[in-house]
Amino acid sequence: MTTTAVPTKPWAKSPRDRIRDFSFAILAIAFSYAFVGVTAMKGKLAYAAILIIAYALITGVFAFVTRGGPAAKDAVIKSCVAIGAILTVLPIASIIFTVLKNGLPGIHLSMFTNDMSMATPTDPIATGGLLHAITGTLTMVLLALIMSVPIGILTALYLTEISGKFAGPIRFLVQAMSGVPSIVAGLFILSAVLYPITKAYSGLMGALALTILMIPTIARTSEEVLRLIPNDLREAGTALGGTQWRTVAMIVLPAARSGLMTAVILGIARIAGETAPILLLTGGGDKINPNAFNGPMGSLPYYIWKSFNAGSPEALTRAWAGLLVLMVLILILFTAARALSTRKVSK
Amino acid sequence: MIQTPESEKEMTSSAQPSSLASVANAKSPRTQPTKATGTGLETRGIHAWFGKNHVLSNVNLEFAAGSVTALIGPSGCGKSTFIRTINRMHEFIPGAAMAGEVLLDGKDVYAPGVDVTKIRLQIGMVFQKPNPFPSMTIGENVLSGIKLAQLKVENKDELLEECLVRAGLWNEVKDRLNTHGGSLSGGQQQRLCIARALAVRPQVLLMDEPCSALDPGSTLRIEETIRELSDTMTIVIVTHNMQQAARVSDYTAFFLSDGGPGEMIEVSRTSEIFSQPKDQRTENYVTGRFG
Repeated sequence: MTTTAVPTKPWAKSPRDRIRDFSFAILAIAFSYAFVGVTAMKGKLAYAAILIIAYALITGVFAFVTRGGPAAKDAVIKSCVAIGAILTVLPIASIIFTVLKNGLPGIHLSMFTNDMSMATPTDPIATGGLLHAITGTLTMVLLALIMSVPIGILTALYLTEISGKFAGPIRFLVQAMSGVPSIVAGLFILSAVLYPITKAYSGLMGALALTILMIPTIARTSEEVLRLIPNDLREAGTALGGTQWRTVAMIVLPAARSGLMTAVILGIARIAGETAPILLLTGGGDKINPNAFNGPMGSLPYYIWKSFNAGSPEALTRAWAGLLVLMVLILILFTAARALSTRKVSK
Repeated sequence: MIQTPESEKEMTSSAQPSSLASVANAKSPRTQPTKATGTGLETRGIHAWFGKNHVLSNVNLEFAAGSVTALIGPSGCGKSTFIRTINRMHEFIPGAAMAGEVLLDGKDVYAPGVDVTKIRLQIGMVFQKPNPFPSMTIGENVLSGIKLAQLKVENKDELLEECLVRAGLWNEVKDRLNTHGGSLSGGQQQRLCIARALAVRPQVLLMDEPCSALDPGSTLRIEETIRELSDTMTIVIVTHNMQQAARVSDYTAFFLSDGGPGEMIEVSRTSEIFSQPKDQRTENYVTGRFG
């Protein structure tokens, strides 16, 4: 007689455990409602606070009764961590829900083929569009990319490969730079370039400010990525008679390629929704302007800001639709970044 | 027990008596003099420091052209540091310093004005851990030195085949030269690294414990490769495996550190080091009484 072994998971939760956990949660919610109703505490925050305490207490007491003191501590901490995680996700879910709810009515196909040059804020939704804003944002992001990717990656290479005397101060400055408020970058370009030199709004001015914001993101992420490349490879390259430059260009950078791609996409995501410098430097504009060096240039954040300011119901719907488009754009970029970075890990 | 085709292949090759015999035969006809000055590689008074830590003291060694020299000794006695001073890889470690001369064909590789990349083309290196370049295919890996040093080669395919044949890897990879090196087994990767080092035609090949991460079958394959290569180049191999030193080398140098900087205690023909060492410490080490 042979017995066939059936794979079981004795450590898994039984349906009864699930029902018990679920009833604890219901109990905690009911308790927090009752508590807020009975006592003088009011407001949504009170619900959240009481809910955490109540759930932690209930699971803690249950664990203490069934398994003793250490198990009770474990259960309390576990509950706090779980509820904390849920509370973190709530605002994001709320934002996405609100933008979808308000933005979807403003989405129509012709908005991707028209600009606002022939439409006023009070026109019906179906007229006009935000093509000028999309092209403007893409143009400025592209310009910022062209300027910041070489600088950012060269900075990262200096920090990891050359690692000279100034590596410490430069790393500190790059970190400090990533904390620069975007309005400061905007004002800097305004006072250093726009007023004294060009004396006119243009997409280039916006792109310059975005470059300042993008460089630290790219430099820091690239530095992390380059640090992950094993030193063995650098040594092997040098031992084969390569100069340092040849070794970096032929071996280190190709090995880090997907990680560097992620750095660039994170940089784009950092600046695509940037508003303050755009308001100061680009001059807005409701018309498609393919020339980034001359004339005002629209962009999605500017479009959103302008539409909210106009205040008419149609303009508000346009603003929400613009928000939705911007969020989808950034979502696509982030998803691409995630896909690229996980592919590197699996390899 | 499950065996991959790879390991089976290596098992069969290790079982062939002929390969063992060729290793043994190759040793007997060697009649180079112990001192062959000017024809190969020589180190004079090599010292090495890491920061203030003096790790290697006064190593004088001559490596006759076409010989295999094994460096043995317990961990931390400066063997790896020593071979890294030979091809100037020592200087990459922050805080490193050295003294002495490394003479390649009579010229000091540390002399001012020497092009260090040319030195490393003449003195190749194989590392402890197999490290094929991940972004390159097998074929590109072998030829990477040519591209790195921007050398001109007339027939790349011929060179590719020649290097892989000499490294004993050609038959296993000839049908998949365009796949990535990461798909090879550890032993194959190490032979790929040897092929890569051969492609720039070095006079000297330094090997820093090339078999320490490999199984016995792969180790034997690499030892065969070493024997074959020694007809055309000078080989210096660091090893912790005394049987390996006995199998592959013509000369053996014993390194030891008694708490202070590492020193070269004794160098002699390999057979003498293992049968009648002059120094008591060498005898203790090779007979396994310490270390």
